[in-house]
Amino acid sequence: MIELSGLTKRYGEKVAVDDLTFTVRPGIVTGFLGPNGAGKSTTMRMILGLDHPTAGDVRIDGRHYHELADPLTYIGALLDAKAVHGGRRAHHHLLCLAQSNGIPAGRVHEVLETVGLTAVARKKAKGFSLGMSQRLGIAGALLGDPRILMFDEPVNGLDPEGILWIRSLMKSLAAQGRTVFVSSHLMSEMALTADHLVVIGQGRLLADTSMADFIERNSRSYVRIRTPDRERLLDALHGAGITAVESGGGQLEVDGGKAEQIGELAARHHVVLHELSVRQSSLEEAFMRLTASSVEYHARTEPPPERPWGADRDTGTAKAAADAVTTTAEG
Amino acid sequence: MAATQIIRSEWTKIRSVASTVWTLSLVVVVTVALGMLISALTKHEFGNMPPRERLSFDPTLISFAGMTLGQLAMIVFGVLVVSNEYSTGMIRTSLAAVPRRGAFLASKVAVATALALAVGLVTSFAAFFLGQAMLGSPLRTSLDAPGVLRAVLGGGLYMALIAMFSMGVAAMLRSPMLSLGILMPFFFLISNVLANVSATKKIGQYLPDQAGSRIMQVVPRVGDDTPYGPWGGLGIMVLWVIAALAGGYALLRQRDA
Repeated sequence: MIELSGLTKRYGEKVAVDDLTFTVRPGIVTGFLGPNGAGKSTTMRMILGLDHPTAGDVRIDGRHYHELADPLTYIGALLDAKAVHGGRRAHHHLLCLAQSNGIPAGRVHEVLETVGLTAVARKKAKGFSLGMSQRLGIAGALLGDPRILMFDEPVNGLDPEGILWIRSLMKSLAAQGRTVFVSSHLMSEMALTADHLVVIGQGRLLADTSMADFIERNSRSYVRIRTPDRERLLDALHGAGITAVESGGGQLEVDGGKAEQIGELAARHHVVLHELSVRQSSLEEAFMRLTASSVEYHARTEPPPERPWGADRDTGTAKAAADAVTTTAEG
Repeated sequence: MAATQIIRSEWTKIRSVASTVWTLSLVVVVTVALGMLISALTKHEFGNMPPRERLSFDPTLISFAGMTLGQLAMIVFGVLVVSNEYSTGMIRTSLAAVPRRGAFLASKVAVATALALAVGLVTSFAAFFLGQAMLGSPLRTSLDAPGVLRAVLGGGLYMALIAMFSMGVAAMLRSPMLSLGILMPFFFLISNVLANVSATKKIGQYLPDQAGSRIMQVVPRVGDDTPYGPWGGLGIMVLWVIAALAGGYALLRQRDA
């Protein structure tokens, strides 16, 4: 359990973290979401006692970080994968961390095995790819078998295999009853891993909610229909008091989760359907709307378009997020 | 968290990087080789020296002549031990593992100093014996002559204190380039100038290396009016070291990592 109360960090005039109060609970993955520069890393550094808060307090299992005897056995963290001495071998890097916290040396081999770095244990860290460095950092976090784990942007720069591995690792750690706190600037990533969501923008708390609540509140779900008998279906829908909107490519969209009703209606009227699917519009868009006022570095070239929900789901990340959420909703 | 845990961890850190091996090897090789060379040259030139210099000839000090250069490698060692943590970002990993910053710095300095002292003593004894061999009789002195053992042990202590001072400065400045950019010219050039130009001599002789190296001197120079003895000089150097480390600790404690 990590408890923040009124946590504030000021650098001169600039407020990096502004009166943050929330709790990270055990047994679930808590996503820490915010645009770049929102104060996520600063918050995490304060949790570890690396940066001194200007005001407020943060406690790990009720105690300040520096009061923890052998802190790596309480909380393991990966803040910056490249924060290792490049000239040191992976094995020695982990060994010095283990020794400082009285963790048996045998544990080094175990965590190297867990993250799949046994083969390069005797290699110097400077030769590691970003993915391997991330794994080494995670090995360091797991070293003390801690009840709390904290990862800052762990999937940044990873290949798809590495991303999948980290996602399943975080879920399994949470399933073991541990507290997992992970930051990201990508809503789509959080939608796949987090059970709970803490959103910040310009250092301020914007949302502290369960993932399910966030999805329900911030995304429009609709039913997408494709049929060769458009006119007959529209009549049937109209007769049942259901409003359908035509979208591009001859598809119809109906707000709300009425797939069963529509399916039965079509069957009764002997209308052939080529597609009947429940969709959810992009969470990424909901997140951007939530943080829009607090994004620090706006791209000025292209103002955010005012489009209806889900209208741009054919493009890039928004589509990925929409598909991802659809999968979760259907699964 | 026991102190022994942190010390063991710092020992693993220090022995697992290449810079430890090459800086300390350079200390030994440069100091001993240069000492031998200068001793051999001195033997050759002794007959041509003015009588005043012959009177104050100090065979022990001559064999330590390589230390002017060898201490620079010791400075690099001390600076890198501390500033490596910052230049690599390892400091955040280290302080997350050992949040008590005083204990962290103390353990690091203790381990590196122990190593520097061991290497310093080896260097000092090797430089002495090989230097005396180069001088040959009748110029050579021996370990049981008055003040000589003190000077040779003192040479090792001096090396350890130079390393400690460098660690303190590096803890304050964090950047290896900045620390070396200040320490190297200071100890190689500026301090010597300040201590030998008559206008600045009064202050220059209290600089850490000038005061500390007094311990390696056995025969006083003619007309020497230095206001402190060998141990007094070493004491002055210890005060410098304490100041540097205290400054390093104060900044480490209050700074964000």
